[in-house]
Amino acid sequence: MAKYIGKRIALMLMLLIALTFIVFASLYIAPGDPAQMVAGPSATEEDIARIRSVLGLDKPFLVQYGLYLSRLLHFDLGTSYSTHQPIAKEIAIRLPNTLNLAVASILLSIVVGIPAGIVAALRKDRLTDNVLTTASLAGISIPNFWLGTMLIYLFSVKLRWLPSGGMSAPFWTSQGVRQIVLPAVALSTATIASFTRIGRSSMLEVLQSDYIRTAKSKGLSGWIVIMVHALRNVLIPLVTQFGTSFGSLLGGAIITEQVFVVNGIGTYLINAINTRNYPVVQSTVLIIAAMFILINLGVDILYSVIDPRIRYD
Amino acid sequence: MEKILEVKDLVTTFRIAKREYPVLRGISFDIHRRETVCMVGESGCGKSVTALSIMDLLPVNAHVASGSIVLDGQELTTLSHRARNALRGEKAGMIFQEPMTALNPLLTIGYQLTEGLRYHKRLDSKTARELAVQYLKKVGVANPVERLKQFPFQLSGGLRQRIMIALVMSLQPSLIIADEPTTALDVTIQKQVLALLNALKKDMDAGILFITHDLGVVAEIADRVVVLYSGMKVEEGPVEAIIGAPRHPYTQGLLHAVPNVDAEDFVIQAIPGTLPHVTEEIRGCRFHPRCPYATERCRQETPVEIEFVPGHRVACWNVKESAR
Ligand SMILES: Nc1ncnc2c1ncn2[C@@H]1O[C@H](COP(=O)(O)OP(=O)(O)OP(=O)(O)O)[C@@H](O)[C@H]1O
Ligand code: SF4
Ligand SMILES: [Mg+2]
Repeated sequence: MAKYIGKRIALMLMLLIALTFIVFASLYIAPGDPAQMVAGPSATEEDIARIRSVLGLDKPFLVQYGLYLSRLLHFDLGTSYSTHQPIAKEIAIRLPNTLNLAVASILLSIVVGIPAGIVAALRKDRLTDNVLTTASLAGISIPNFWLGTMLIYLFSVKLRWLPSGGMSAPFWTSQGVRQIVLPAVALSTATIASFTRIGRSSMLEVLQSDYIRTAKSKGLSGWIVIMVHALRNVLIPLVTQFGTSFGSLLGGAIITEQVFVVNGIGTYLINAINTRNYPVVQSTVLIIAAMFILINLGVDILYSVIDPRIRYD
Repeated sequence: MEKILEVKDLVTTFRIAKREYPVLRGISFDIHRRETVCMVGESGCGKSVTALSIMDLLPVNAHVASGSIVLDGQELTTLSHRARNALRGEKAGMIFQEPMTALNPLLTIGYQLTEGLRYHKRLDSKTARELAVQYLKKVGVANPVERLKQFPFQLSGGLRQRIMIALVMSLQPSLIIADEPTTALDVTIQKQVLALLNALKKDMDAGILFITHDLGVVAEIADRVVVLYSGMKVEEGPVEAIIGAPRHPYTQGLLHAVPNVDAEDFVIQAIPGTLPHVTEEIRGCRFHPRCPYATERCRQETPVEIEFVPGHRVACWNVKESAR
């Protein structure tokens, strides 16, 4: 187990280093003079030269990369071209909003999607199954920005039940919960749907397996057979899906934040793209990619917890 | 001897393409306490379906359409699935063909061995584990205490099958069904597991239904033999009679199909043709298209089972005529 996790962590570190290299290289070749941009339009030639040497921009490429890495280790992501503020600080303000949204969505997907898939499998070909299967097909097909717009129209504009956007209140307050419901539903619908589908097919396959027949042949109650013998096995493909889903969830969050006017790193990224604010784009991409890598490490660890064949490998 | 199992006119049907087809066409046989009955027949003749009908573990597209199954004096066919589930494990246990897949890959051997004991016998986990260790010793598993902590993937097929046997025995059922328990194992392991079952059989109180298509196994383990052909019982009798002097042309064919390596003229005389598909209706004796002795009557009328000598039953027109 320790060996397996050690391997995974080493792999993760390698990925992270490769990631920083790609991000740095793309920043290096991006158009525009960073010193000029940092200094602002009113800066003199001397100011720019001074900034250039402070940032090490006159050094060779690899030395600059080394400096970039050491700055990263000190949580220094550089300076925004537009606000002249440290990017790390700006991300730190916005990241919690995005994380709230992502975590709420993933929880919703787990709590709704997995049981729905299991119920569909246990009621195969009956009405419940048909309804759930159709709904999950619809859920996968609906684009989240359209769903978000419709939810705002129905629940905020028409019914006036929930706020149409923003994420100003902390998530543990009732206002915070009210603010997160619609964006989380919009963002998680596709993930819920894919969890339902995979949960259903996984459960159907597990129910056909020999070890379930063995469990039944012991005369255990149906509940034990499902909860103890089937569920763990059903979870294996879902854990795989979890890693992939998290990636598309982060992508979806960028759009959902736009629809619901959430000040998260998605909005930050889109604004930076629109203003060609390269260091912000690069840093945001770095953070999103690093989160994805971390989640996948979590997924690998979760595997080893569920499946002894991996643990003892 | 006390009858543990009485199966009478059992008809089990499968729904294939929205139609019901009988896979078992009225099978009757009994098993007594401390008796091992071997069920033999070609692949697809309905051996597993018989076992699963008794266990109420048929696939969803199959059900027992008629007939009766009496286990330990209790009629099963009229019980609900829930009531029958309660009898499984405790009254009737089953050992499956595939030891590699029959155990849950994510649960420890210890858990899988003790859960039945904890569930049915209401044992606390310490007592259950002690009992499990005892049974592992009985089935010849070395280091039983360590085994409890292991997972199925860490064990060989032969070991897993021994664990399945321990699992079934530990609940002390009246009936044990073993569906080709050695088929998936290497020849040497096969011999060991068979020897084990043979040894265990002596100090068990259960009746055993042993399914196989290996007649060598039959000779070794059976007290009586039931021969199935295409969902019908064609012959039944004491093992000496079935192996030594089979009456039904199909049984004779099966015996000829066993390669006799000791014989000088080493030939395999397989039965010509193949088993009819379950959806295929055949007039008269279902074996007649493949039978070397088929007559006009065989093509028209289904043979009636006769008791050739006490305890030895055959369903063949030809036998009736030669015997009387
Ligand atoms: N799930 C199923 N769906 C449809 N038909 C089935 C199914 N399972 C079994 N059958 C039919 O039932 C017949 C008997 O199958 P069964 O499994 O009892 O054979 P068997 O005698 O155990 O053979 P084997 O020696 O290969 O295990 C088969 O010929 C097959 O046509
Ligand atoms: S009844 Fe006729 S066809 Fe059937 S086995 Fe006997 S001889 Fe052969
Ligand atoms: Mg079979």
